[in-house]
Amino acid sequence: MSEKKAWALCLHAKDNVATVLNDVPAGEPLVVRNKSGQTLEAFEVVESIPRGHKTAVMDIPAQADVIKYGEVIGRSVTVIAKGVWVHVHNMESLRGRGDPA
Amino acid sequence: MINHDTRIKVYGRKNGMIGIRNHLAVISTVFCANHVAESIVRQVPEAVAITHHFGCGQLGKDAEQTLRVLTNMGKHPNVGAVLVVGLGCEQIGAHDLAVEIASTQKPVKTSVIQDEGGTSATIEKGVTCCRQLIKGMQEDVDRISASCSELVVGLECGGSDFTSGIASNPAVGIVADLFTDVGARVIFGETAEALGAEHILAERAVNKKVKAFIFNKVAATEKLAEDMHVDMRGSQPSPGNIAGGLSTIAEKSLGAICKSGNRPIVDVLEYAEPAGKAGLSFMDCPGQDLASICGIVAGGAHAVLFTTGRGTPLGFAIAPVVKISANSEAVKKMAENIDIDLSGILTGDMNLDDAGRIIAAKVLEVAGGKLSKAEKLGHREFGFHSIGPTL
Repeated sequence: MSEKKAWALCLHAKDNVATVLNDVPAGEPLVVRNKSGQTLEAFEVVESIPRGHKTAVMDIPAQADVIKYGEVIGRSVTVIAKGVWVHVHNMESLRGRGDPA
Repeated sequence: MINHDTRIKVYGRKNGMIGIRNHLAVISTVFCANHVAESIVRQVPEAVAITHHFGCGQLGKDAEQTLRVLTNMGKHPNVGAVLVVGLGCEQIGAHDLAVEIASTQKPVKTSVIQDEGGTSATIEKGVTCCRQLIKGMQEDVDRISASCSELVVGLECGGSDFTSGIASNPAVGIVADLFTDVGARVIFGETAEALGAEHILAERAVNKKVKAFIFNKVAATEKLAEDMHVDMRGSQPSPGNIAGGLSTIAEKSLGAICKSGNRPIVDVLEYAEPAGKAGLSFMDCPGQDLASICGIVAGGAHAVLFTTGRGTPLGFAIAPVVKISANSEAVKKMAENIDIDLSGILTGDMNLDDAGRIIAAKVLEVAGGKLSKAEKLGHREFGFHSIGPTL
């Protein structure tokens, strides 16, 4: 697992995002592995993704659940294509929302 | 690895409890006494100051919480002796607090500003008291061998990032299970960091009371954001958490709860309430690191395991805080603050079980007297929160 190629960890079979473990520039290949270290797939990322941030491992429609750990961590606010950076700019929290809708 | 036969050298207290440190605590009952308490500790570097900005103008449960925190700091078995410094007209009476702490049979003295006649005389009396208490602590120290099952281990995460939920918290979870399995008490909390993960914790509750407590406390915490008419994001997760890849509180929580391992949750505790049951207890405390550590130590934790992704220097007044990080950048940049480097987990060079063994060994080492990095660097932070208005 120490090879230089950028890789991402997909924590659960239900997840539609994976955590990128090294900075990966736009258009570069990304290997996605599961917790056992098995390679699930490889694809080119659409945009640069910083180390530790998430990328979509499948196309996510707008207003859809974003799933990590096999659990809902929030909701997409736009369509998020596979290989796109998933973060506060395109997903919102469903919890602790006292702000007016 | 730890088992029922694992023993550690500790301080045997007269009331039968064990301590892993022998602190002289100088506790101010109210903000008016902070300067005096801190001045005393400057002259008596062996002592540790416990100062805060509460102790007066508080109501009901909020006043009770302040009293409970200060009482349980004084009674804590890591504390060998106590000097209580008061003003004289505050809500928390110095003599009342001293009497309650002395029920543990440890030596306690008081120095009260309105009785002594001002700042200088109270400092002078306090320094004299401290010297006497230190002499007594040195003569009366009882180092005994105790089972590791008598330890109370606190769990905390702060400055979390993407590494916390996938590496350092699961590693600490293994250690939480190890200590739970030998019959030790393990305390975790941070209610705000259960939002979005409370259903998983609730499944581990041993009974309906524990389950209801978890759901009710999380709902009450979530309502705080609703009452403020704000999105919790920006506070939970914090700007640093967000920069570190965490997008929502649910994502942070799902990582945070990993530090509690997989064993049943046997009991629930109000803030700073002592843990009475062997096994894993959930305490209702803020996610804010200092308030959380304070509540957990007041609950009896001898030491706190603290995972961090971004890196944090925080220690605590009367208990060692052990820093654990799986973020290679934080480990490198803040090497003097991080006790345990788990960055190998994400490079495939270390598995979680190995990480658990390393952390467990460190707990025993620190319990046996070796200083944590925060202790070596002089970190002696103290603080808690209020739950009511200031009148």
